[in-house]
Amino acid sequence: MSFEPRIIGFLCNWCSYTGADLAGTARLKYPPNVLGIRVMCSGRVDPGFILEAFRAGADGVLVCGCHPGDCHYVEGNYKCLRRIPLTKTLLQGFGVDSRRLRLEWVSASEGALFKDVITSFTEQIRELGPLKLKEWNFDPAMPDVVYAGTKLEAAHA
Amino acid sequence: MITVTIDGKEAQVKEETTILNAARELGIKIPTLCYNELLEPYAVCRVCTVEVVRGKRTRLVTACNYPLRESVTVHTNSDRVKTLRRMNLELLMAQAPDAEIIREMAAELGVTLVRFSAKDPTNKCILCGLCVQVCSEVVGMGAIGMRERGSKREIITYPDLCILCGACAKFCPTGHIKMTDIGGRILHSELTLGPNAAISLPFRQAIPNVPRIHQDYCIHMKTGECMLCAKVCTKNAIDFDQKDEFEEIDVGAVIVATGFQDFDPTPMKQYGYGKFPNVLTAGEFEQMNNAASPTGGKIVLENGKEPRSIAIFHCIGSRDDNYHKYCSRVCCMYALKFSHLVKEKTNAEVYELYIDMRAFGKGYEEFYHRLLEEGVNVIRGKGSEVVPVTRKRAGEGELLVHCEDTLIGKFREIPVDMVVLCTALEARADAPDLARKLNISVGADGWFIEAHPKLAPVSTTTDGIFLAGACQGAKDIPDSVAQGGAAAAQVLRLVSQGELFLDAAYAVIREEFCSGCKMCNGLCPYSAISFDEVKKISVVSTAQCKACGTCVAACPSGAIVARHFTDEQIYAQIEGVLA
Repeated sequence: MSFEPRIIGFLCNWCSYTGADLAGTARLKYPPNVLGIRVMCSGRVDPGFILEAFRAGADGVLVCGCHPGDCHYVEGNYKCLRRIPLTKTLLQGFGVDSRRLRLEWVSASEGALFKDVITSFTEQIRELGPLKLKEWNFDPAMPDVVYAGTKLEAAHA
Repeated sequence: MITVTIDGKEAQVKEETTILNAARELGIKIPTLCYNELLEPYAVCRVCTVEVVRGKRTRLVTACNYPLRESVTVHTNSDRVKTLRRMNLELLMAQAPDAEIIREMAAELGVTLVRFSAKDPTNKCILCGLCVQVCSEVVGMGAIGMRERGSKREIITYPDLCILCGACAKFCPTGHIKMTDIGGRILHSELTLGPNAAISLPFRQAIPNVPRIHQDYCIHMKTGECMLCAKVCTKNAIDFDQKDEFEEIDVGAVIVATGFQDFDPTPMKQYGYGKFPNVLTAGEFEQMNNAASPTGGKIVLENGKEPRSIAIFHCIGSRDDNYHKYCSRVCCMYALKFSHLVKEKTNAEVYELYIDMRAFGKGYEEFYHRLLEEGVNVIRGKGSEVVPVTRKRAGEGELLVHCEDTLIGKFREIPVDMVVLCTALEARADAPDLARKLNISVGADGWFIEAHPKLAPVSTTTDGIFLAGACQGAKDIPDSVAQGGAAAAQVLRLVSQGELFLDAAYAVIREEFCSGCKMCNGLCPYSAISFDEVKKISVVSTAQCKACGTCVAACPSGAIVARHFTDEQIYAQIEGVLA
């Protein structure tokens, strides 16, 4: 059986998610490998989400936001723009190829671009092969680090 | 008050009134040439000479600058005056033989023979000096002057001082001075309006319907002089001290209805727009058809004649891979309307060159069939080229239209007199700037994007901002009106509620986790986060928060929760989709 990558896509509500919608209403065909998660803004994408996605078994993570200057929240995508290279460095530290994380700007009118981005990124991840992160022996304490927020909240609940 | 008798009529006039004004009050016409009521009389042309009888003395004076100080009798048409006027006209004819007004005046007085030789048969200048006077007294620039004396006298100009206001041309009595637009685009001569007046109504139905002064053209704004409009305004309504003002208005909702702009067909060289004066855009043709247009609604060629044949080109710049891919939607129907107008107003043949006839609305298809019955030639095939006719035949047009008639499968060449280009509707060039200001989106075609093409066609992605009309996409008047009504209803819904319903999604800071690092304060683009100096923690104003979540992602203590997009929810989604 050929390798079907699983990719998590963080799509901002105003541009990329709408762009994905448009690709759908325009009946554009693209690989079904990207599993979209809606966030209000690409600025909402916590590097923790990306790490968690890889930990949970994703082979790639795609972050899509509005084009620079077009952010619905004025400048959220700039925050994202600064976080992604940082996260890439972090991923390399974990032994994850930084090409598995990609940031793209897709506006609400760019259904066709969304299709192209999904297609090319899926191809790239397919070439890179599956991410073997899950086969590593995780320290049982590891999820706690990632889940810091949850644990804290549980402690206070 | 003094009593004067002019040509037998008696009048009571104020002292110092000139004979000319007194005669005008009595309805007696005294010919003038260099007189202008806005300027001090200069009395150089001597055309207004009249005879004044005071007691036993009779004098010949110029009416324009002779002030009445005592009761006198004036003859404006006595034999002596007539003889003198004729002689004067003969001299003027010799000086400026080409001036039409002088030729007319001469003909009126019966001057046929000119006994003096003309220095220059093309001259129109009578050396009245009005231009000199206007330039120095009204404009205040002094860019025109006189040189030499007697027969050598001539007008000289100082181009460095000229501000191109056109006042000299306006005041020149014989039309010797002209403003010419050098290098301007060839347009239908009737539609060429020349330099704009500095004071005008913005457009016919303007509200408020009052003239405004255009700063770029106003002489007063340039030189501080002139103020002729204030002089003639009886209501003292002109205020030169008005300045541009910026007003800030608090509003709860905005309707964007900025419309479209016309596609400029100049880059499509094959159609010869700008090169052939009888190739017009639809907008220009529509303007010509307007009853208030310079042609009075008549369809005419550049030479003023009625066209014998007109070709109407559909889809110029629209449905075209090189320009706009979309269909402009309105063109087919207005092109058919043009055909109807041409058939109604002229006897011209009409050729409609279309790709597809999109008669989509109520009654539109019926209208199309009616036109077919009226004898409009509809050719399925886009016009490919407009060239001048090389071999002219009597009764045929001078522009040759090339097209392919796809229904008969043949190339056709049609000689026509006029070509109308149905140019595309396109998004305004400044739409992206406005979109950025309003935080709404612009699509690939430049039109503003609605929140949802079916479910929210008048809303935008920004709350309280709505779209109406062609700024959202090419559409006709009924559709624009409908969308405008819908946008207004959306706004009224917000207004009548009286209170604002907030989205349930917003950020909350959990006090117990906030370390007061203030990291989030600077991140918020809406300044919704402030620092509580008493509690030493940051606080989110929920009404201002738009739930972008930037602060949530940045909070080092994980103290901020994005409601409906919490970390736990997103982690669960990640787990869920990857499970």
